Amino acid sequence: MATLTYRDALNQALREEMQRDPNVFLMGEEVGVYQGAYKVSRGLLEEFGPMRIVDTPIAELGFAGIGVGAAMGGLRPVIEFMTWNFAVLALDQIVNSAAKILYESGGQVPIPIVFRGPNGAALQLGAQHSQAWESWLSHIPGLKVVAPATPADAKGLLKSAIRDNNPVIVLEGEMLYNNKGEVPEGEHIVPIGQADVKRPGRDVTLICHSKTVAVALKAADQLAEREGVSAEVLDLRSLRPLDEPAILASVARTNRAVVVEEGWPHAGLGAQVVDVIQREAFDQLDAPVLRVTQADVPMPYNKQLERLAKASPERVVAAVRRVLYLD
Amino acid sequence: MATATAQTATRTAHTALEPRMLRQMLLIRRFEEKAAEAYALGKIGGFCHLYIGQEAVAVGSLTALRDDDYVISSYREHGQALARGVSANAVMAELFGKATGCSSGKGGSMHLFDAGKRFLGGHGIVGGHIPLAAGLGFAIRYKGGDQLCICYFGEAAVNIGAFHETLNMASVYKLPVIFCCENNRYGMGTAFERVAAVTDVVEHACSYDMAAELVNGMDVLAVHAATQRAVERARKGGHPTLLEVRTYRYMGHSMSDPLHGVYRTKEEVEEQRKRDPISQLAMKLKEEGALDQAALDALDAEVHAEVEEAVRFADQSPDPDPAELTTHVLAD
Repeated sequence: MATLTYRDALNQALREEMQRDPNVFLMGEEVGVYQGAYKVSRGLLEEFGPMRIVDTPIAELGFAGIGVGAAMGGLRPVIEFMTWNFAVLALDQIVNSAAKILYESGGQVPIPIVFRGPNGAALQLGAQHSQAWESWLSHIPGLKVVAPATPADAKGLLKSAIRDNNPVIVLEGEMLYNNKGEVPEGEHIVPIGQADVKRPGRDVTLICHSKTVAVALKAADQLAEREGVSAEVLDLRSLRPLDEPAILASVARTNRAVVVEEGWPHAGLGAQVVDVIQREAFDQLDAPVLRVTQADVPMPYNKQLERLAKASPERVVAAVRRVLYLD
Repeated sequence: MATATAQTATRTAHTALEPRMLRQMLLIRRFEEKAAEAYALGKIGGFCHLYIGQEAVAVGSLTALRDDDYVISSYREHGQALARGVSANAVMAELFGKATGCSSGKGGSMHLFDAGKRFLGGHGIVGGHIPLAAGLGFAIRYKGGDQLCICYFGEAAVNIGAFHETLNMASVYKLPVIFCCENNRYGMGTAFERVAAVTDVVEHACSYDMAAELVNGMDVLAVHAATQRAVERARKGGHPTLLEVRTYRYMGHSMSDPLHGVYRTKEEVEEQRKRDPISQLAMKLKEEGALDQAALDALDAEVHAEVEEAVRFADQSPDPDPAELTTHVLAD
């Protein structure tokens, strides 16, 4: 197995899928000549040419809509947003076109399209460039949403997304692109809708996705070392559909859960996870389910304030201590 | 360079075509009148935007297209669906929300689809479908075909960002798309000149180095001829065209709105009716001896019967099965 960065794992998925299917193309800002704002598309223009690696003007609404139209015309577009913060300008096309055309046409017109790009905060980029959009996007019927945390999952989920006959949102992470991990070569598929236990445990389940997987793993290390607590880390990987059986199976083992997410607390994705647990596993719970989220504020620029705003291992440990009644 | 040529209807012979155009326009007119009745009776729900007065636009342009071209429209699309050959039965049943409707009762008046006829909606957000047309043009170019996509929208959509983003990209990527702006003067109850700094829509083409033409939308032959020129540009070099077709809607913005309201006068509507596209073509055919009153009456009766049958069909069709609530959210 090769060790790849998250960035190169995505690049490999794109390259392999474009080699496999001539209807797959990549469109977005800086994807071609510039080789990708985060170099995910490095080398692809040279291999596939400008008809399949399409540079666009800064016009998110327009090129997202061109992608949806191209999908209506039988292609399989991959639309790259430089970040999901900018994709807000394209929400009309994602929500009103991509997610609805199959239904409102009575099943006649499928929209096989991938919208992808980095989501959530990086470092000191300020309020407008540091937002996690998963609860917005996961709210919409007609969309699938995935958020890989590791290079292997990034490759496997992007390949699944490209082959899916529906609009699939792929939430990547600016802070993840340089992370390295082992990635199976060639045909490596991670099915959409399957969570993954990243670390088994007995005492509490930490439910997380994307960048918060690293936060949860670090918290689990600290809990093991300092508290003698065995925490299970469950990486959701897919946010819509949610792998409810995997969530419930883990909670059945541990009887306690903490949900760790990048987004804001109010109407956040974690609230949906808590709903699943209280509805389906009420009798198995030994404590209320807690959530660790971003502080309920626009992201501050100052380094110390930003660190305080983000979900951190320390806050996860504190939440675990509460559900274990250790305080 | 963009060329905004003045309207000059090429009066070529359309011997076989003209009677067909007359029939299609009459069908749309009678269909919409019937839809208004059915709406008043509560058979049709929601928003229902009628096309009465604008028939020449859909009919004149769609008769210049091939069956393998794509058609996409806004929510005022009953006329284009019928002119594209979606049956009156399937369109009326969709307005009635029935399982036999062209979108299986799940779309309604604003979301008519018939993939087999390459009629791809029916879209309800002003201007939101304009990028989709460019995407269809992109798919055509990607596959190396010589088809095109025609996209209908009202003049109010020209104030939306999606219009400008799309025209720019359609020109940059050389996409075979005809942007057909149906300028009926009012976005709901707001006169275009009250909210647009540039009131000649064709002028916008200059910003995007796109060919453009101003067309008399009450003259079906003029619309047809201008569309043919745009079709040629699209098929030969994959070049887009912006058509501004000046037309007029006789009815309110939707069935929820009054006929003329306070934003325009009754006299204005009556004045416009004197330019009626159906009467104009009928008169021309009569003058040429190609049609007499008896034949026109017979045609009207035939169209009436077709629309009556559509209402009967829609009325008697079943509602979608309750299980259809959750189908087609996702494809397999």
